[in-house]
Amino acid sequence: MKLDSKIPDGPIEKKWDNHRFALKLVNAANKRKYTIVVVGTGLAGASAAASLAELGYDVISLSYHESPRRAHSIAAQGGINAPKNYSNDGDSVYRLFYDTVKGGDYRAREANVYRLAEVSGAIIDQCVAQGVPFAREYGGLLDNRSFGGAQVSRTFYARGQTGQQLLLGAYSALCRQMDAGKVKFFPRREMLDLVVADGQARGVIARNMVTGKLETYSGHAVVLATGGYGNTWYLSTMAKASNATAIWRAYKRGALFGNPCFTQIHPTCIPQSGSFQSKLTLMSESLRNDGRIWVPKKKGEKRRPEDIPENERDYYLERMYPSFGNLVPRDVASRRAKEMCDNGFGVGPTSMAVYLDFSDAIKRNGKKWIEEKYGNLFDMYHEITAEDPYKTAMRIYPAVHYTMGGLWVDYNLMSTIPGLYVIGEANFSDHGANRLGASALMQGLADGYFILPYTIGDYLATASFKPVNTEEGSFKQVRAEVDARIKKLLSIKGKRTADEFHRALGKVMWDHVGMGRTKAGLQKALTMIPGIREEFWKDVNVVGSSDDLNMELERAGRVIDFLELGELVARDALYRNESCGGHFREEYQSDGEAKRNDKEYCYVAAWEFTGDDSNPKMHKEPLTFEYVKPSTRSYK
Amino acid sequence: MNFTLQIWRQKNQNSEGQFATYGVQDIPPDASFLEMLDVLNTDLVKRGEEPVAFDHDCREGICGSCGLMINGRAHGPNRGAATCEVRMRSFQDGETIAVEPWRAKPFPIIKDLMVDRTALDRIMQAGGYVSVRTGGAPDASAIPIPRMVAEEAMDAAACIGCGACVATCKNGSAMLFVAAKVSQLALLPQGKAEREMRVERMVAQMDAEGFGACSNTYACEVECPKEISVSHIARLNREYIRAKVL
Repeated sequence: MKLDSKIPDGPIEKKWDNHRFALKLVNAANKRKYTIVVVGTGLAGASAAASLAELGYDVISLSYHESPRRAHSIAAQGGINAPKNYSNDGDSVYRLFYDTVKGGDYRAREANVYRLAEVSGAIIDQCVAQGVPFAREYGGLLDNRSFGGAQVSRTFYARGQTGQQLLLGAYSALCRQMDAGKVKFFPRREMLDLVVADGQARGVIARNMVTGKLETYSGHAVVLATGGYGNTWYLSTMAKASNATAIWRAYKRGALFGNPCFTQIHPTCIPQSGSFQSKLTLMSESLRNDGRIWVPKKKGEKRRPEDIPENERDYYLERMYPSFGNLVPRDVASRRAKEMCDNGFGVGPTSMAVYLDFSDAIKRNGKKWIEEKYGNLFDMYHEITAEDPYKTAMRIYPAVHYTMGGLWVDYNLMSTIPGLYVIGEANFSDHGANRLGASALMQGLADGYFILPYTIGDYLATASFKPVNTEEGSFKQVRAEVDARIKKLLSIKGKRTADEFHRALGKVMWDHVGMGRTKAGLQKALTMIPGIREEFWKDVNVVGSSDDLNMELERAGRVIDFLELGELVARDALYRNESCGGHFREEYQSDGEAKRNDKEYCYVAAWEFTGDDSNPKMHKEPLTFEYVKPSTRSYK
Repeated sequence: MNFTLQIWRQKNQNSEGQFATYGVQDIPPDASFLEMLDVLNTDLVKRGEEPVAFDHDCREGICGSCGLMINGRAHGPNRGAATCEVRMRSFQDGETIAVEPWRAKPFPIIKDLMVDRTALDRIMQAGGYVSVRTGGAPDASAIPIPRMVAEEAMDAAACIGCGACVATCKNGSAMLFVAAKVSQLALLPQGKAEREMRVERMVAQMDAEGFGACSNTYACEVECPKEISVSHIARLNREYIRAKVL
């Protein structure tokens, strides 16, 4: 298989323009003859479904939620980037492009990143027009803040609820198209498999989660906007239902999986407090703009943070990275926190936390100022930990937060299966080995509003389609396979719950495929994960029946897919003998900083499924850098 | 901590439900209410019984999925918090806790504690948006919006659509939910072009779904996890009258 990224020729600032002109158009009157199945209603899915319907396509939208507005994009807090240069600090499309390529540690495609930066301004315009109440200055113009390692203020925000407001904007656009009858939305439907007929993606099999019935949705193209796979680690900042089944099933039907080992560990999460814990809570890293991160200089310190004098504190990020200080990129901040704790300087009841301290900012600007900026985050912290962060330093620890890897797509966002498009976090996309803050919302909406609606038209205009009968052929066969899998899950009647297997997997993933990875650890994971999987098929207990609402059945199906995906993540991590971005191999470092190997690993690893009993096959898409020359990232 | 739980169990929309009593032991005070239910459900599954169905997802108070009547209060005892944000330290050790689904005619029970809130989506489809096509927007800073206006719009926009306002209202009214959207878009210049049509359609849809009328008890504001003010209901009423008069 030859991977063709379809990157257009020409200078980088002309590529997207030229490409858009070259794309074939579907005649306005013919658009309604094409049906597009969009799975997922987060930022990417909702914006795509609405925009495609506005163009005139017939859109089917599916979600496992009761309402599109429940998608996990809603939980993003910090903001969305756009180089509007409203702050007059020298921002430009080129600078955002440069920062994103560099921040991704030179493992993303230049052409994709440039396009992302190019369309990001229009996203802000679009959202404002929808009525998204971004923060404004007293003069009535939009406010910006600097965010997550950027040296310019280019982040637009709506208090600490930017994801919510952007999703509600996309949801409102979707509602308008539902109102117009152009989008048919089906709630509480979980996609369980992809149907490929005559080499084209033509539909999905979904389970009606209320009645348990398997349903078939067919169209001329399928769009997966189903998010990332962070829950492979069990404890993450993902929502409980977030899962990888849609992309994993597509992988098993022939879509290649790109860079699975590129995962992001977010530095500012509330530490785990006990084994009962079901998920971790993220606090926006905007907190790092005003909070100072430190640990006591003495190991095993027992005093309260406010009782430890200034000269006995180690503000280690400020010490190690004088120019970026507390604002170093996420991967660096996370790794350093882990290192401090591993070396015995951790704080709190579990000693697996560092302090994030606002006392200086409160002294400097007053409590009211902090309240206005971070009030909801402080309340949330207080509620969860029963500690008041206005009075005592917060405790934070890194947690899995985002997956840069995902299904491989070309410049048109099409996977290796013709007619299967993948957008948002679900694709391997634009962030390389590390995503910068406030870039996920940008990418989800760029894909959905401004990229996919153009590129999918070219496919529909040029491909030929045979009529499909959903009662026969591929549809019938895939439905039977899904049905057999469900029956198998229900028939085992073992002793352990799906959740217990998920926790077991999560522990292996966190210990060996987490922040610091080693050859030996990864090899261990590669023997342990298949062992857990084998146990699962022998001993899982799924109560209830298939023809009813069954939360245990839903969970078991997701967990078994995580159990397969986790192995691929470990395999990819083992294969990549370098450290870059969020992928830190302890063998490859210099002075504690990631040591990239551009000579041998400057490529996208795209994995092909070859069968349940054989190892996946890796294909390489070499990456070339014409504009941003790879250098060692330095934040010192 | 130990608790006795009285939980509403109902197989599906058409069956009759009843309370079932369960005990849970050794719950850490820092566990969330939903994590306590996870513990119960694990016990039930181990015993071969069906777990208690409830909606949940983000577990950080923003997705609006969770929503339980806890001891007769929507989202439990804490102000400004969704069910998932309530920690067990808010209860007394040994307490008996009653757990029910939202009860309102437009929210039919799907199973146990899970209800169907798609009526709220249908209200949003009846004009709860600004009619703007992708790509047709002017520059974001073209229309200055005074900060105070933007902030007030944001207060309303914070609604998570959980339905606690409906569940707690003795009339089963969705006025606070509808008001939050009408108010947000009426405050902003972007929403003004369609303001009359929007308020008329959304209110008509609210009535058609079977939600009750508002009799100003302000219970909704007390239980709203985002503490949305009833003053938005006043703005909704004004918008409605304005639309009818104009």
